[in-house]
Amino acid sequence: MQNKELKRTANAVRKDIVTEVHAAKSGHPGGSLSCADLMTYLYFEEMNINPEDPANEDRDRFVLSKGHCAPALYAVMAERGYFPKEELTTLRKVGSRLQGHPSIIYLPGLDMSTGSLGQGVSTAAGMALAAKLSGKTYRVYTLLGDGELEEGEVWEAAMFSAAKKLDNLTVIVDNNGLQIDGRIADVNSPYPIDEKFSAFGFHVITINGHEFDEIRSAFKEARETKGCPTAIIMKTTKGKGVSFMEDKAGWHGTAPNDEQYAIAMKDLEEADHE
Amino acid sequence: MSEIKKIATRESYGKALAELGAEFPQLVVLDADLANATKTELFKKVYPERHIDCGIAESNMMGIAAGLAAAGMIPFASTFAMFAAGRAYEQVRNSIAYPRLNVKIGATHAGISVGEDGASHQCLEDFALMRVIPGMVVICPADDIEARQAVRAAIEYNGPVYLRFGRSAVPVINDDNYTFQIGKGHVLRSGKDVTIVANGITVAGALEAAERLAAEGTDAEVINISTIKPLDTELLLASAAKTGKVVTCEEHSIIGGLGSAVAECLSESLPVRMLRIGVRDRFGESGPAAELIHKYQLDGEGIYTQIKDFLK
Repeated sequence: MQNKELKRTANAVRKDIVTEVHAAKSGHPGGSLSCADLMTYLYFEEMNINPEDPANEDRDRFVLSKGHCAPALYAVMAERGYFPKEELTTLRKVGSRLQGHPSIIYLPGLDMSTGSLGQGVSTAAGMALAAKLSGKTYRVYTLLGDGELEEGEVWEAAMFSAAKKLDNLTVIVDNNGLQIDGRIADVNSPYPIDEKFSAFGFHVITINGHEFDEIRSAFKEARETKGCPTAIIMKTTKGKGVSFMEDKAGWHGTAPNDEQYAIAMKDLEEADHE
Repeated sequence: MSEIKKIATRESYGKALAELGAEFPQLVVLDADLANATKTELFKKVYPERHIDCGIAESNMMGIAAGLAAAGMIPFASTFAMFAAGRAYEQVRNSIAYPRLNVKIGATHAGISVGEDGASHQCLEDFALMRVIPGMVVICPADDIEARQAVRAAIEYNGPVYLRFGRSAVPVINDDNYTFQIGKGHVLRSGKDVTIVANGITVAGALEAAERLAAEGTDAEVINISTIKPLDTELLLASAAKTGKVVTCEEHSIIGGLGSAVAECLSESLPVRMLRIGVRDRFGESGPAAELIHKYQLDGEGIYTQIKDFLK
């Protein structure tokens, strides 16, 4: 995919995210918008997946360790053809396959149930280990929030992944700098993130998470890295693409009202014509 | 009695894993720096490539097990019961049970029979913690024969299973004809006056208590309920209908474990007088296992004495 097409798809994903959360009247738009470019790249370019055959044993796996950003995952899956886009507005409603946090018992195509922070990265490492044990070549990707790095289990998983030389595992950190209670630097700083992963034995790449050229070259480098897992630390803007949500902790877990929804969609429509 | 063979069920666990490794190539065993104590080292000796030491990081180990199961493997995650059911509780709930993944948790060193290590390592809450998780199967075998069969049954069952094994050697009470089935209790002694429901290390004591009661003219029925969940309600109700009095015995808090499970069943369908024998809402302590089992009245004498009081 050309960058132009990726951008257009990512913008459609952003519109889906805002529409989902608006329809649900709750959910997490800020962190979903900050990872929309990355998620688009993973599902449209990087991963070896087939929406027609979601349980294929040899597929690449994705674990959304920051499970509250389910709106981004559902949006990109719908855009990729895993399920009809019309279903997106059922998010968080009774009877919906789109649970508030991703659940494999509801929706085929998901690789793991997540939501409790810190746990997804361990399960991703388990999948990467399974590939090694069974001689398979699939790769495993997991996306963490930067606030999530405050969970101790992340570092248990990091130590394990490096110790077991899981070079088929790529950990991505969405470093938008904000968590519910404010700036991550102020709440309980996980910085320096790159040096921490490096000290735990990862190959570390730092990129701008909204630039497709940088995303592309980072994943290429991750695939070529042997003997250790890779951590891609991507600098992002929380609420990216919606003017009034950008870099505001208050939009971590709040849904836009009708008026705000209209402004958000107008912002995103305009981005299509840039 | 001295000629009766005694084996710790953790030993049976390790042997069973090693024996079943060839038959089940998807079997992977995880440990958290306790392979020597949990006896998963017996599997490691035969299948080193399929034994993964996760180090002292039980929460991560449960997540690793979940990931392995999601990719089609059959992982057994092993550590002490305290850390499996306690420390990693939320990982077991959210990463294993909620996605209904095929993970087996082999928890050893449960209860006060851990002995000298004391209360920090004596998990008396694991039945309660595991039983309340939707879809979790909870098994506590009574002896070597049952423990080995339970390991196979857990592998052949598709879904999360919690297995509790003990540190101390316990008498072999089942014979070679015994067949373990998940969810099926086993009548070890028929009787008409009182039902004694036990599991784990208390089964031998319950049988001893029943012999002493018989000598005094009380005919006790002894049932081994090795599967706490799903509970064999049919067998329990039939026995309770016959005897009208039910005593439960477990090396666990009397809150939330076998006694509670049996009480829940009977109070809804067939209320009868009950006595719950177990640890009475307190922590354990250090000491030789046998002395502690005696002090906490979970041996034959203690169970007998408590039942005598109950029947007065």
